Amino acid sequence: MSPLKLKKGASSHSAYDLKTPFSDTVERHTLAVIVENEPGVLARVIGLFAGRGYNIESLTVAEIDHTGHLSRITIVTSGTPQIIQQIKSQLGRIITVHSVNDLTVEGPSVERELALLKVTGKGDQRIEAIRLADIFRASVVDSTLESFVFEITGTPEKIDAFADLMRPLGLQEVARTGVAALSRGPDAHV
Amino acid sequence: MTKAMTGAKMVVQALVDQGVEVVFGYPGGAVLPIYDEIFQQNQIKHVLVRHEQGAVHAAEGYARSTGKVGVALVTSGPGATNAVTGLTDALLDSIPILVLTGQVPTFMIGTDAFQEADTVGITRACTKHNWLVKETDKLGQTLHEAFHVATSGRPGPVLIDIPKDVQFATGKYAQKTQMETHYQPQVKGDLDAIKELALAMETAKRPVFYTGGGVVNSGTAASQLLRELVEATGFPITSTLMGLGAYPASGENWLGMLGMHGLYEANMAMHDCDLMINIGARFDDRITGRLDAFSPKSKKAHIDIDASSINKVIHVDIPILGDVAHVLEDLLKVWKANGRKTDKEGLSKWWDQINEWKKVDCLSFKQEGKIIKPQYALQRLEALTKKHDRYITTEVGQHQMWAAQYLGFEDPNRWMTSGGLGTMGYGHPASIGVQMAHPDALVINIAGEASWLMNMQELGTSMQYRLNTKQFILNNERLGMVRQWQELLHGERYSSSWSESLPDFVKLAEAFGAKGIQCHDPDALDDAIMEMITYDGPVLFDCLVEKHENCFPMIPSGKPHNEMLLGDADTKGAIKAGGAVLV
Repeated sequence: MSPLKLKKGASSHSAYDLKTPFSDTVERHTLAVIVENEPGVLARVIGLFAGRGYNIESLTVAEIDHTGHLSRITIVTSGTPQIIQQIKSQLGRIITVHSVNDLTVEGPSVERELALLKVTGKGDQRIEAIRLADIFRASVVDSTLESFVFEITGTPEKIDAFADLMRPLGLQEVARTGVAALSRGPDAHV
Repeated sequence: MTKAMTGAKMVVQALVDQGVEVVFGYPGGAVLPIYDEIFQQNQIKHVLVRHEQGAVHAAEGYARSTGKVGVALVTSGPGATNAVTGLTDALLDSIPILVLTGQVPTFMIGTDAFQEADTVGITRACTKHNWLVKETDKLGQTLHEAFHVATSGRPGPVLIDIPKDVQFATGKYAQKTQMETHYQPQVKGDLDAIKELALAMETAKRPVFYTGGGVVNSGTAASQLLRELVEATGFPITSTLMGLGAYPASGENWLGMLGMHGLYEANMAMHDCDLMINIGARFDDRITGRLDAFSPKSKKAHIDIDASSINKVIHVDIPILGDVAHVLEDLLKVWKANGRKTDKEGLSKWWDQINEWKKVDCLSFKQEGKIIKPQYALQRLEALTKKHDRYITTEVGQHQMWAAQYLGFEDPNRWMTSGGLGTMGYGHPASIGVQMAHPDALVINIAGEASWLMNMQELGTSMQYRLNTKQFILNNERLGMVRQWQELLHGERYSSSWSESLPDFVKLAEAFGAKGIQCHDPDALDDAIMEMITYDGPVLFDCLVEKHENCFPMIPSGKPHNEMLLGDADTKGAIKAGGAVLV
């Protein structure tokens, strides 16, 4: 007891428990970030995620407006609602960021990803690969007698499923673009 | 009208156009054209520091004491890397400074040229924003935008990296009025949220204002509005380290500083309040203590210009995004229009409780015997300098906390200390920056001997520019705060926390041509302090103090506000393993 008659040292908490009772459900969010297309802008965004320990599940970036020098970065990230809010606020602080839109909460949106898959094999394996590609609406963009390169577009889950099917059929290599996303309906974010 | 001029000339022109009067810097190969321009003009004064870190801290001291942008100019490579600590310090404490760095010519970037460093890469994480300017035509615009970014929204450090060929080349200079930017942070708070806060203030029984550096950064109007609000409501007010002076220490409702080494009554009020009004503070870990036990019974409002500060670590019920002065103005209007109501009965009981806490007299100490207690030294310094036009800077450690506890600040911008980053070596160069801005004021850097040695070379700067800074060292021959933590946490194993082979500070001062004073006798202290104040020139004051004094009160790591340690008797086993991993 201290001279003030205060109880001390009653706590069994470790430092890892020193959290506020915010919700701890991890959510996946897709963010569309409109940035000035200047050198270093991507480094600022990635540096923010690395420096503050946020997750990046997928990130795509390309110029979308040449005259306005604007690029669109689509980031798929995950975290508790509080972390997601922090990510958006922190992105908003970057001077060259024009807007941050959370497509996951701002109404319905469409997400698409493109992937190229190289599959090698002979005989029945090869026929099975072509048959499955047809079901998934993947197209053949390169072919030799022992190999195919398939191009597939869809949600990340669809691409995961297709890659899983190709694996036993001779999948050698995958290249994925990461997610591009837009909100549905007439309203635009720029 | 755009005028053609060299890049180096543009730098000087833009500084003049932005009202800059003084630049702290150190020349080198990659900034020679700019130094040549500085040589050929009289509008801007250049202060030659002894180390680039000193230049940035001096710019910070200048900025904190004036509210204007502080400017530092350094060369490429090592000049830029030496600026990193000061930039990070300014980022953590939201201080508007501009650092100009030279860079190798554009055609040599990326070749590992002499004194080349990836300055924008290195400083991206420690600036609010930075630019590498590769075309002279864009330099004017960038310089003006840099001032805009540094001072708008939450202030912070900015950096412009200027290759040497860009400094030599001639281009079109964009005037200040031609500056283009899309960066316009919101300053007005949401009126519905402000109304909600005004309503909460009417019914609160145990309210407290918890204010921070945001009030100081918002300008003198914010401090005035805060004083008006406190007076009109009668609510108690406490402040973070960064916010001292926004509300006067002599004010009736002042509880003193809160936090890890804050006052007992301030921390207890935070713990037991039913309405916490955070104005321009950020729930820093030095303030909150254990998060899940932080002020468990209160409704919390938070006024902040930075959205990322709101709900970062503490969930708040009434978030208000906006500039402190703008929001306080609206809040006062709304609250007055509603009839200036408060729960008088509840408030009266609350003040009774607070006055009980005040009786604990948590800052009491006994000055006995022939050894000066550090608290006593500061108490005497306070008494003897209070009436002066006084500015205080500090280094980092025990002396810093004692200074915050035992000195009173009546106005904002009078207290310059490294709060967020905790940079030892900050105070001495900062005092130089403050003295440059206020040549006739009494500027005192309260230091520990170890912190002071980190940037002692700047005594040469004070001598060269006849800056009468007073370096007041509380010399305990220890890294006092490290030693205190080792005593509390590491079984009194004092690993590398004593200062051995210390210089003779009096002789050291004399070697620079400054005055050295040493004092170890409590009875001689007043005369020695008076000698320091009245001496016309820089003084290095070596105050030999009690070596093993600990800084109290203290909220140990991992503990809530109502489990403060008030003295050495409380410390045994106070910090458990969970708290020990925290800093």
